[in-house]
Amino acid sequence: MTTEIERVVFSEQMKLADLIDVNFKLLNVLSRLGISLGFGENTIKEVCERQGINLNSFLLICNIYTYDSYMPSADLLAGADPATIVDYLHNSHAFYLGKEFVGLENNLSAMVEPCDELQKKIVAKFFSDYRTQVERHFEYEEDVVFPYVQSLIDGGRHESYSIEQFEENHSNIDETLNDLKNIVMKYLPETCDTVLRNEVLYRIYRLEEDLLKHTLIEDNVLIPMVNKMEEK
Amino acid sequence: MKPVHKKVLLIIPSRIVARGLEAVLSELGEFRVEGILSDLSHASEARLRNMDADVIVIDPLVFDYVSRANARARLAEHSDAAVVALKTVPMEEEQIRQFDGTISMYDDPVAVVRKLRESLASHEETPESEGHDLSQREKEILVCVAKGMLNKEIADRCNLSIHTVITHRKNITRKTGIKTVAGLTVYALLNNLIDSNSIEL
Repeated sequence: MTTEIERVVFSEQMKLADLIDVNFKLLNVLSRLGISLGFGENTIKEVCERQGINLNSFLLICNIYTYDSYMPSADLLAGADPATIVDYLHNSHAFYLGKEFVGLENNLSAMVEPCDELQKKIVAKFFSDYRTQVERHFEYEEDVVFPYVQSLIDGGRHESYSIEQFEENHSNIDETLNDLKNIVMKYLPETCDTVLRNEVLYRIYRLEEDLLKHTLIEDNVLIPMVNKMEEK
Repeated sequence: MKPVHKKVLLIIPSRIVARGLEAVLSELGEFRVEGILSDLSHASEARLRNMDADVIVIDPLVFDYVSRANARARLAEHSDAAVVALKTVPMEEEQIRQFDGTISMYDDPVAVVRKLRESLASHEETPESEGHDLSQREKEILVCVAKGMLNKEIADRCNLSIHTVITHRKNITRKTGIKTVAGLTVYALLNNLIDSNSIEL
């Protein structure tokens, strides 16, 4: 965790490679925004311009991802582009469902291999229920929230919906993942291989942190941006 | 005889305020600050569980406005210490009531100590569960939860008040770290507390 004192302010003149060196977890952010590796000595600004990515939005996402208590300034928010944020959130959903959950499911089933049939079934069911819960949460955002934001960007108005409802609907799915973590760490039988178990735990910890940042981007970037657009 | 200090944990984002409170308490004895956390991140929660504090003084600002209403309950998941709110911002009556006491930034040191003492006393009146392992009663209630029973049904079955059932459930969650009904069901199954036939899989 980076503290306030060590804080390196991400600026547009920074080399993209240095940005990753400060926080390697930003590799995820790059791939979700369609930035490929092999960017040489290019700065953040150069890469964003070449890829057609809104610079302020990129800096916002990277800051939230890196600093725990970061709250975006009104200026940075005003200069960011909601479409880029939505795009990022949408690609993150695809990444969780298509990559992370598939990987976690595979790791889990390898881990419970030595367990009895009932134990395997219990763990598989718990995970699949969790996955369904997350899918439903994402579906709501994909089907209701993102189209609504797009309609505001296009200058439309929807009297029947406002982003306030999104805040209310914003259910917490992190508790179930936290439970899975405790079950894997504390309550599965000792017959499960420790290395395989570690792999599952590393994955859960990473996913947990990633989902937390995802929520922060929704709460501290997307919602204030949409509030501003709704005022207009 | 050496006086026994009560252990205090501060969860206060402002270092100035936290250090100030620490200094005030150390001058008067009786309470001693053993730890300072500036937030409630996952890492802090783990430290909270292992601190074994008698009193927690928390600045409600560490919670955002929405989760502030459940601040006390969130702390109870990790610690059975008395919780005192430091009033840094105006708080609604409802929010204040969840804490065992409140102190103000402008209280004089003697008043702070008195309030901590009172909070500790009022907190000790409520039944708390000792140790890390689930008690027989807690196991019984866990099984009911895993079977999908509601608090009211559990209270009737076990001849307890709903309030007591809720206290037991909080203690179960604090001990196991598991919050959801689905997770508690898995716990019960893995520990052979229930028969898989009584659950839909």
